[in-house]
Amino acid sequence: MAEGAALPIETLADPVSGRSLWVEARGRLLNNKAAVASIVLLGFIAIACIFGPLVTGHPFDQVYPDYVKVPASLEAYPKADQITPQIERIGARVRGKPENIQVKGDNVTVTLVGQRPIDERLLAYFERSDMFGAAKIAEKTDEGKRIVVDVPLKKKYFLFGTDTNGRDLLTRTMKAGQISLAIGLLATFVAILIGVAYGATSGYLGGRADLIMMRVVDVIYSLPFIFFVIMLVVFFGRNFILMFIAVGAVEWLDMARIVRGQTLSIKRQEYVQAAEALGVETKGIIRRHVIPNTLGPVVVYMTLLVPKVILLESFLSFLGLGVQEPNTSLGVLISEGAKNIQGATWMLLYPSLTLIAILFCLNFIGDGLRDALDPKDR
Amino acid sequence: MADPVLTVRNLNVRFRTGDGILHAVKGIDLDVNAGETVAIVGESGSGKSQTMMSVMGLLASNGWAEGSVKYRGDELVGLSPDKLNRYRGSKLTMIFQEPMTSLDPLYRIGEQLALPLTTHGGLSKAEARRRAIELLELVRIPDPQRRIDSYPHEMSGGQRQRVMIAMALANNPDVLIADEPTTALDVTVQARILELLADLQKRLGMSIVFITHDLGIVRRFADRTYVMKRGEVVESGATSDIFAAPKHPYTQMLIDAEPRGTKEPAPAGSPLVLDARDVKVSFVLKSNLFGQPTHVLNAVDGVSLSVRAGETVGVVGESGSGKSTLGRAVLRLQSASGMVRFEDRNLMPLDRAGMRPLRRHLQLVFQDPFGSLSPRMTAGEIVTEGLLVHEPRISRRDRDRRAAQAFEEVRLEPGWRNRFPHEFSGGQRQRIAIARAMILHPKLVVLDEPTSALDRSVQKEIVELLRDLQKAHGLAYVFISHDLAVVRALSDEIMVMKNGKVVERGSAEEIFERPREDYTRDLIAAAFLKERGVAAPTPATLAS
Amino acid sequence: MLSFIMRRFLTAIPTLLVIVTISFFLIRLAPGGPFDLERPLEAKVMENLNRIYQLDKPLIQQYWLYLSAVMHGDFGPSFILRDFSVGELFARGLPISMTLGALAITLAILVGGTLGTIAALRQNSLADYIVTGLGAMGLTIPNFVVAPVLQIVLGLALAWLPVAGWADGSPRNLVMPVIVLALPQIAVVARMTRAAMIENLRSNHIRTLRSLGLPWHVIVTHALRGASLPVISYLGPAAAALLTGSVVVETIFGLPGIGRYFVEGALNRDYTLVMGTVVVVAVFVLIFNLVVDILYAVVDPRIRFD
Repeated sequence: MAEGAALPIETLADPVSGRSLWVEARGRLLNNKAAVASIVLLGFIAIACIFGPLVTGHPFDQVYPDYVKVPASLEAYPKADQITPQIERIGARVRGKPENIQVKGDNVTVTLVGQRPIDERLLAYFERSDMFGAAKIAEKTDEGKRIVVDVPLKKKYFLFGTDTNGRDLLTRTMKAGQISLAIGLLATFVAILIGVAYGATSGYLGGRADLIMMRVVDVIYSLPFIFFVIMLVVFFGRNFILMFIAVGAVEWLDMARIVRGQTLSIKRQEYVQAAEALGVETKGIIRRHVIPNTLGPVVVYMTLLVPKVILLESFLSFLGLGVQEPNTSLGVLISEGAKNIQGATWMLLYPSLTLIAILFCLNFIGDGLRDALDPKDR
Repeated sequence: MADPVLTVRNLNVRFRTGDGILHAVKGIDLDVNAGETVAIVGESGSGKSQTMMSVMGLLASNGWAEGSVKYRGDELVGLSPDKLNRYRGSKLTMIFQEPMTSLDPLYRIGEQLALPLTTHGGLSKAEARRRAIELLELVRIPDPQRRIDSYPHEMSGGQRQRVMIAMALANNPDVLIADEPTTALDVTVQARILELLADLQKRLGMSIVFITHDLGIVRRFADRTYVMKRGEVVESGATSDIFAAPKHPYTQMLIDAEPRGTKEPAPAGSPLVLDARDVKVSFVLKSNLFGQPTHVLNAVDGVSLSVRAGETVGVVGESGSGKSTLGRAVLRLQSASGMVRFEDRNLMPLDRAGMRPLRRHLQLVFQDPFGSLSPRMTAGEIVTEGLLVHEPRISRRDRDRRAAQAFEEVRLEPGWRNRFPHEFSGGQRQRIAIARAMILHPKLVVLDEPTSALDRSVQKEIVELLRDLQKAHGLAYVFISHDLAVVRALSDEIMVMKNGKVVERGSAEEIFERPREDYTRDLIAAAFLKERGVAAPTPATLAS
Repeated sequence: MLSFIMRRFLTAIPTLLVIVTISFFLIRLAPGGPFDLERPLEAKVMENLNRIYQLDKPLIQQYWLYLSAVMHGDFGPSFILRDFSVGELFARGLPISMTLGALAITLAILVGGTLGTIAALRQNSLADYIVTGLGAMGLTIPNFVVAPVLQIVLGLALAWLPVAGWADGSPRNLVMPVIVLALPQIAVVARMTRAAMIENLRSNHIRTLRSLGLPWHVIVTHALRGASLPVISYLGPAAAALLTGSVVVETIFGLPGIGRYFVEGALNRDYTLVMGTVVVVAVFVLIFNLVVDILYAVVDPRIRFD
């Protein structure tokens, strides 16, 4: 067309915007109720895990010796039936027999009767206990052998109960969720990075290079996976960040295969041939045609790999090869819970529910993404 | 006329889809009488297949039919699959468009053929086998005693369609529904399958319902014709009446859409654009341990080809004849031996980088408008991709302007350039593909079956567009196709290829009027089979 | 077909060799050794031990010694379980692991296949949702959660089954470990069968059968045969993994299988035990890959043996 035949500016100014496949996929994903619910729930869990430990009021490694293995409860601790034994225990230390224990709201009034005058400094035992605040002497009679003290209760909530060391399980579960999610994302990221680069190169080069590169993958594939992971634990010790970079470095095999297959099929597509006929360089073809079109399966695989890695982490923790105390992960908590299943079911219940919820959500999101990105029904 | 076997009244077919309910068939009436051939003709999406699928109770699970379909007075709509099975496979049978996938790849064809015989005919296994051999003979499969133990993948597409026909005929049905039975086959095979069907009908006396987009088949075989458009029957009647005096404009349009006319010759003395000599392409199918080839396929075996500016060379042949490979070889997209010259340059010694500056002059348009556009780029980005390579300095705004110009040139709304390929129809996508080639002002364009995936009426528009572009820019075309009607409408010279070799070449007129080779005659006969029953294929009738 | 099997065996040997080589050097390069106890041994004792177990020779020589021993079927003595050779340990543990694995894989095929088929035939029905939901649960709930829960419920609360132990393979002791092993496999098989059946039921050749008015059971049989192909190729590696034991299940239920040897061996640097396990697992994987190939070719005539 001659240059003079340039179009009026109006038609240029306002082209109809189109709906890309990504936009359509997003629409389909948002129509998938299970996937949307999963995204919301997973978002909630993630936010809770990240910010939760700041608001529960318990540091994740705080030990409450007075609250070892207390069950989950929506009501505040200490419970009424815990107060008397605890005061008796303190009384023994203070060398005063507690009498007339009265609980009024957030305060306990107790009369301590000693054989000798009671050393007031020893009243600090109240404050050292996890249940009470500083004791105040309200009345002092009988030369100090009989004192009435007012002790404020320290209200504490253990919504998920506590563990065998008396640490708040809710905070620990959140902390564990943080670490499990972080590990899942980290390893997946490494796996995707290596897998995409390796697979795309192998697929696009084709021929002998492809053959050799895939043969390498096959050989690594036939190595027993557990052996490999255990060896990684042995090599990297208990540095779980390093270890999961290494796990990611093992998990890339599937990704490489998927991307290679995808690249091979894209290479045969006519739009790649058309780009070659236009004289587009290899770089441009990979950037504009190959990568955007492999992204779909990569995203799907990624959402399915995260739960796999989290599960692997829990498995290793279960074997006692995972994260070290006082840090924790869902696998560590579950393995402790399994050991204490008799008498402390909450220790297994809540971490398991959290793990299962995370895995469920990731799986539903992965399935939803797959359906959204690769709609067979059309 | 008085003996209706199949009566369809007020049939509606609807599908529940992601975008709401799709009303595919809108209250149509249709009759099939004993022993007659009825054609249902229409373009893709007209609802012609879904009509017959609902008769057979084969709608996809998200679809349902309402209205009435009666077989000799028995209502079929709403029957449970069990009750429907009293008719399907014995009284009413169907063959499909996809012969390659319609047979179960895991079972021998003898086992598959025996199924309708033992189920409906009550035959024993041995009897069924004997009858299956007879049926294979009936559909003219050579050596049926041996072939009965073959698996589908050991047979060609044409043979598989014959097996499908044999299965459909196993219980002497009253009605055979044939849904585009030859569309997926090579032209010469198409002709033989159609002849077989016509012959079987004569011998067995069943009714045939042809679902087709091919007016040639309609004119040649059908007694009566229904023309469907967007789920409705717009015209029906005796085939000869419809062709002689179409009443509905849509029918008129379909008949007019048959490619006609011939190309004006290129101006005398126009320069030679492409000159290829003795081009050879071979593929190694198998090699031994040391990497030496043991089985080699000579896909293109010493073909020469020259095109002048403004000239079109048509390359015709069946699938596997090497015509597409030749097209890619002359563009140096496929490694080949021989000599290829573009204008005054020898292309053979050039590597990828060396070819790059020349690519803008040598363009390619593919058959599949769905596969040749990258699904994640906008139409505008697709069209201007070549500019990134060959005119990297121009601004984004200029590129956008050029895209809009290219859209205008291929008669697409320029405002659509930000849309994505899946938002366009097949014909529009092919226009985008043509715009992508044209934006670089090429000198030679290889057109690889550019119209084969399109409906006839769209084909016609694309052919006209290509013709106009050629005239405006003096383009040289290499036009690759198996569709001789389109080739004739576009080409100056024609080469007929078979097994990688040119078996005949000459001007379009020579090839069509005085074909020397049997193979060429077969191709022509198959392509213009509508003419056989009516009149001999003379250039006058073809050129109109 | 015989030559096909032979050829596959021949190509498996180099793979096996590579696995053995990589594993051998990997575990040897790992820090620590089999005799690193909490309290270090006397240098003299250590020297003696190293000589007895030939650990004082150059690594490459040890490698050759190990290779030639394995060729003769000798896996060497175990380092931590000093009274036993690795071969003896396997002779005792392998049958137990294989019994459990075989039962689990059979259960997975039967239950998973049936559930998947039902779900596919009644797509988008309540039954389908239940199967898909159960499948998701089977896949996501880790076995080390399922196992203790089962122990509590079936073993302690209801007291129907023994909590743990092998008891010479008494069927009552097998129930829980087999269920725990099979659950995720049931989920995968059901899922795969469902997807493959749906795809097959939509395929053109099933449409042909329907157009021929063939009864329901013929159609399902044909679809099942096609749908079995992806399941078969999944089951090969899965069966190999199951038959060679599961650390978690064997630990929780206190079963003397070989699943634990991997972890124990690697952590204690019991070189011969780890290597033996690697070889056994690799051989199982290779055998089951071969079985898959053969089955595949039997089901699908398009696959040729050459």
